[in-house]
Amino acid sequence: MKYLAEYRDPKLARALVGKILEKATRRWTLMEVCGGQTHTIVKQGINDVLAPAVEMIHGPGCPVCVTPLEQIDRALHLASRPDVIFTSFGDMLRVPGSECDLFQIKAKGGNVRIVYSPLDAVELARKNPDKEVVFFAVGFETTAPANAMAVWRARELGVANFSVLVSHVTVPPAMVAILEAPDNRVQGFLAAGHVCAVMGWTEYEPLAARYRVPIVVTGFEPLDILEGIWMAICQLEEGRHQVENQYVRSVRRDGNTPARDLVGRVFQVVDRGWRGIGVIPASGLGLQEEFAAFDAEKKFALDFIRADEPTACRAGDVLRGRIKPFECAAFGTTCTPESPLGAPMVSSEGACAAYHNFGRFRQAAGGGG
Amino acid sequence: MASLAAGPVCPLPRGEHDRVQLGHGSGGKMSAQLLREHFLPRFTNEHLARLGDGAVVPMGEGPIVLSTDTFVVSPLEFPGGNIGHLAVHGTVNDLAMMGAIPRYLTAGFILEEGLPFDVMDRILDAMADAAARAGVLLVTGDTKVVDRGKADGMFVNTTGVGTLHDGFAPEPAKARPGDAVVVSGPLGRHGMAIMAVREGFAFESEITSDTANLAPLVESLRTEVGGAVHTLRDATRGGVASALNEIAAAAGVGVVLEDHAVPVPGPVQAACEMLGLDPLYVANEGVLVAFVEGAAASRTLEILKGFPEGRGAAIIGHVVPDHPGMVVLRTGLGGTRVVDMLPGDQLPRIC
Repeated sequence: MKYLAEYRDPKLARALVGKILEKATRRWTLMEVCGGQTHTIVKQGINDVLAPAVEMIHGPGCPVCVTPLEQIDRALHLASRPDVIFTSFGDMLRVPGSECDLFQIKAKGGNVRIVYSPLDAVELARKNPDKEVVFFAVGFETTAPANAMAVWRARELGVANFSVLVSHVTVPPAMVAILEAPDNRVQGFLAAGHVCAVMGWTEYEPLAARYRVPIVVTGFEPLDILEGIWMAICQLEEGRHQVENQYVRSVRRDGNTPARDLVGRVFQVVDRGWRGIGVIPASGLGLQEEFAAFDAEKKFALDFIRADEPTACRAGDVLRGRIKPFECAAFGTTCTPESPLGAPMVSSEGACAAYHNFGRFRQAAGGGG
Repeated sequence: MASLAAGPVCPLPRGEHDRVQLGHGSGGKMSAQLLREHFLPRFTNEHLARLGDGAVVPMGEGPIVLSTDTFVVSPLEFPGGNIGHLAVHGTVNDLAMMGAIPRYLTAGFILEEGLPFDVMDRILDAMADAAARAGVLLVTGDTKVVDRGKADGMFVNTTGVGTLHDGFAPEPAKARPGDAVVVSGPLGRHGMAIMAVREGFAFESEITSDTANLAPLVESLRTEVGGAVHTLRDATRGGVASALNEIAAAAGVGVVLEDHAVPVPGPVQAACEMLGLDPLYVANEGVLVAFVEGAAASRTLEILKGFPEGRGAAIIGHVVPDHPGMVVLRTGLGGTRVVDMLPGDQLPRIC
């Protein structure tokens, strides 16, 4: 496939693997921030082939994984209402809330629909004027512009029966939370290429300087990831700590200015709860006051829905790289991909699900957990 | 007073309406008319013509194989076929995967009130055509009509009868270490074709369903490769990944796939990339997976490639004694990942 196959060339990839293994004088610990990168790393077995040189910690960059239980419960509540059509990206549907998930609500008669763009949800609202259409606006800075556009467009068109349940999060505050933790093990980051395509990388520069960590803006194809790791390892081996851009074909230092502007006009920075981690100050986006009419939490007065994270689930520690998934007591016992306690066990790329599968393989192959 | 001049208007629905009505399921004259005008002429054969409560058919020698499948798909018509093709090919293929030569079909239809006759006729034409090409006779059937909203236009059940020959009876438990894993064609076309119409995606080039009768391929394998074919499975719902997992579990063996060898058409790959789906889990309706003795692998490939449906056949992996019940995939990098069963449907990813 044009523009993709070029970034998957196994020969080039193996050459990069060789270079990384040769360069590393010790085993370094890197975190890829984004779930999309985790997906490539697990799918291509990059963690496997690089194991002697790098330990990859799967970071908190999966929006599905970090959406707090409370917001999931609010989504479930809305989706159960007979007057609501609840729309969401597909992989939110199996994320467990306190009682059940969106699939179960759908089976009980809730009108839950998968959309591929938030603008489709606005369209749905126009076509169903007698229903309230709610879109579950989750994600990092990547999905924020399109979600902002949906709200903007709804106001422009006067679509009053459209609203968003917002659970947007932003990357830099999460990186700070990880770096500030006393038991932090992360020595370098692969920053998420698509987040930076929107935001640029200026906000990472003070982080690299203050915490003395290399940060490499990295893409999503196997060669992108390997090159990003290579650049981070070079910095570590050479004692440098800079922001570098691997993803030059998509990312500029200032990002995408019109997209940033739109996000700034529709959203404001708010404190946000992260699943398993808790509230991180100024780590999320909420709607600006002038768009309050499109805020599902206000429209449906959802404040009364509160939820505590299940104590058995240590997703927060996993997402911060404090423990490996198999060090959680629930792992593989009360928490499995078929009946997940926490979000990282939900999608096949979630850190816990990935380890669950890989661990089984290792055991079956006689290599131990 | 035109209506009076035209005489009293009969409130009973009349036969020439262009849609299925509840009366067509009444068992009365409308039902008979539905059969007479739409169903029977398309499937005419001596067994069906007797219109008994069942069919009496000759079977000849050898054990018989029975298989049943029910077809629900929205939309009923899609690029590359319709539910009629699926209903014949699906059951014929299930018989073929058991090693049987398909002989007869029964068909049960649940029709939704309001289904346009022209849609139904196109579907019945497709069934008749697919059955004729597959050399199977539709010998008995049933139609029911349900209220509008109680079915998705049409549901079809087909049951097939076939016969086994020369002791050829591949089954999942027969897969052995050393077997080659062969697929008869590129993966993911049916599932992505359906998804594209259902969600209104316009991809660069249209993806068509691969719905096809695989029995001739199996028949050639039987006569040319015979007992070296250990296991056959059509990779429908859940895709090749699910079929392989079931076989690995049934035979207590491990399967190792080579990422670079898995054939995926460019447009399917592109659509899957865009939606965050894995083609290994996407449904096919005209792809079989064969586990054959390693020594017979290249002959198997050659035979499959001799058919239009098998032109894209490929050896995608092999069977090992390690990690029993588990399917793993070796990536271009030399890394390994587990290709597990999915808990439910594959979900498009956000990131």
